[in-house]
Amino acid sequence: MKKFLMATALTGLAAVSAQAASHSEAIKVGIILGFTGPLESLAGPIAGGAEMALAEINAAGGILDGRMIEGVRADSTCVDAAAGTAAAERLVTSDGVAAIFGAMCSGTTGAILTNVSMPNGIMQISASATSPGLSTQEDNGLFFRMAPSDARQGEVMAQIIRERGMSEVAVTYTNNDYGSGLADSFQAAFEKAGGTVTLSVAHEDGKADYSAEVGSLASAGGEALVVIGYVDQGGSGVIQAALDTGAFDTFVLPDGMIGTALEENFGADIDGSFGQNPSVENERAAVFLEMAEKAGFDGTGVYSREGYDSMALILLSMAAAGSTKGADTAAKVMELANAPGEPIHVGELGKALEIIAAGGDIDYVGASSVELVEPGEASGGYVEMEMKDGQLVELGYR
Amino acid sequence: MDLLNAIVALSNFVLIPAISYGAQLALGALGVTLIYGILRFSNFAHGDTMAFGTMVTILVTWLLQSWGVSLGPLPTALLALPFGILGCMALVLLTDRAVYRFYRAQKVQPVILVIVSMGVMFVYNGLVRFIIGVDDQRFADGERFIISVRTFKEMTGLEEGLGIRTTQGLTVVTAVITVALLFWFLNRTRTGKSMRAYSDNEDLALLSGINPERVVMITWLIVAALATIAGTLYGLDKTFKPFTYFQLLLPVFASAIVGGLGSPLGAIAGGFVIAFSEVGITYAWKKVAEYAMPAGMEPEGLLQLLGTDYKFAVSFVILVIVLLVKPTGLFKGKSV
Repeated sequence: MKKFLMATALTGLAAVSAQAASHSEAIKVGIILGFTGPLESLAGPIAGGAEMALAEINAAGGILDGRMIEGVRADSTCVDAAAGTAAAERLVTSDGVAAIFGAMCSGTTGAILTNVSMPNGIMQISASATSPGLSTQEDNGLFFRMAPSDARQGEVMAQIIRERGMSEVAVTYTNNDYGSGLADSFQAAFEKAGGTVTLSVAHEDGKADYSAEVGSLASAGGEALVVIGYVDQGGSGVIQAALDTGAFDTFVLPDGMIGTALEENFGADIDGSFGQNPSVENERAAVFLEMAEKAGFDGTGVYSREGYDSMALILLSMAAAGSTKGADTAAKVMELANAPGEPIHVGELGKALEIIAAGGDIDYVGASSVELVEPGEASGGYVEMEMKDGQLVELGYR
Repeated sequence: MDLLNAIVALSNFVLIPAISYGAQLALGALGVTLIYGILRFSNFAHGDTMAFGTMVTILVTWLLQSWGVSLGPLPTALLALPFGILGCMALVLLTDRAVYRFYRAQKVQPVILVIVSMGVMFVYNGLVRFIIGVDDQRFADGERFIISVRTFKEMTGLEEGLGIRTTQGLTVVTAVITVALLFWFLNRTRTGKSMRAYSDNEDLALLSGINPERVVMITWLIVAALATIAGTLYGLDKTFKPFTYFQLLLPVFASAIVGGLGSPLGAIAGGFVIAFSEVGITYAWKKVAEYAMPAGMEPEGLLQLLGTDYKFAVSFVILVIVLLVKPTGLFKGKSV
């Protein structure tokens, strides 16, 4: 009897201490991006945005009775779905993360969703995956993205080109899920709007030479060249080769091509080129840049703002659900991201936590004016851009 | 007149880009082939050796630019090139001392050295990224064009333009000078001859009193110089990005193997074969045909043999065919 008592007492003690431990223990969130590989230069600012949101929540006292958040970085490599899946699996099994932020590229994002997040019942939010395929992929309601589907971007781009009176363009796209997805949706939309795509050619990123692609595109001709690629990758290489050979002088630039590197690389050489970037008017954009500078990363980086918002929504939904379970938190995301409720701007995560704790409702606006539509993706506002005197100028939102 | 336009279009989109790309590949392949010929292994770290040498050149270029030094119409990087070569030499000698010498003393199989060089590749890879970062770096300054498309059109009144970049001209000129110097060195100097002797028959060379360590050292020095020159020329022509240099390894090796591993002449020929097959076979001839054909017979389609998606396949098909027909490559190198 004495032994039994001792045993129960010990078990009780252990249970209590385990519970106490779970309360003070940090909640881990996986940050899985292509830190190495063809898009390694874009990963830094996105991770920077996410980690800034994380630090802000911690500074506000954490969530779920003061538990701190800890980010665990992992490398999705962007191109190797198997490596990305293995890294995500490690995050779940060995680090025990409660949610996954990432991945960066559409291909690895889909692979991680199917192989890791869904089987483990973990919520996953990507800041940057834009492939139309992800809208229809089965996700048990666990997957969200702060980037709009490229099906929408293709329509917007076709519309912009037609409005400028062009009817014939050549297309080159980076050979991955993002590139071919956007190229397809653009071509369909452009032809529907009465335009002609003279030739659509893939280019590989990180390759030594693009003269062959540019030669073919020049032969096919067109009033402008649509470059669906990445500005610090093959995209810039193609533009450079096209400029040097005089094949094209006007370029149409979708989101992956919009960046400060474009101004640095080409400046006034590509004046008159235009494009669009997923962005919704946000009056506090400067606040984010200032915070980013303080945190030590480039706040103008593509999808850096979405990185901040993705992480903020992951953590706020945990706070709202009062749990770290995927299904519970995922059920809260749409509610927090959209009206009604008190609008929460960038830098106001502490305020958001207070409102949630008091049982109120919030409408998360954040750095990228988050507005989610079914099935859990950004609604797709774009800002039209044009190169003028070597500077990218915003022409207006659409 | 129309035929003229056809020739200009062809030169602009095929000949000039392929010649300068071929020269860059040839310089890279020369380094690979020398190591294969003398040290007897395929050096997988070559692409990253190029990246390291170029990185040093870029850092010195920035320093010179901050002092206001420039070469006028030529890129400042040419002045910084010797420093890049020195830096790269220091790195490869250090690597040889710390890594390769150990395995050489054991007289290990070449395949082990190949795997070792892969390890070295990853270390270089990390080193370069650690120092200069993963981003694109542009360091070309001076005049961008020898003749730009617009001036050419104004000068000749032709419909088609022809652009030659300064870097393309530089690439070809530097490649010719470097190759000439290398051949003079290998064929005319005592050290060069001892290197060839060592490459042909190691035991005989040792018997005739050739110091193997010295041959190895000089080989590394030449390879470092070639790698840095190739890397810098490539970086000037396109941009510098560590990942791209890593990827360059593939066409460089293809060039060296097509030409015949161990044969310097073969490396040069191989570089041009690969470059022309990548650019030429996938070219859409529509534009050229439109000018060359009589009126009314213009083609409807693109006249493209293969889509550009296949350009890498093309160079590797050529590689396979060459190896099947002539296992030692075009210029009788050593069989792989």
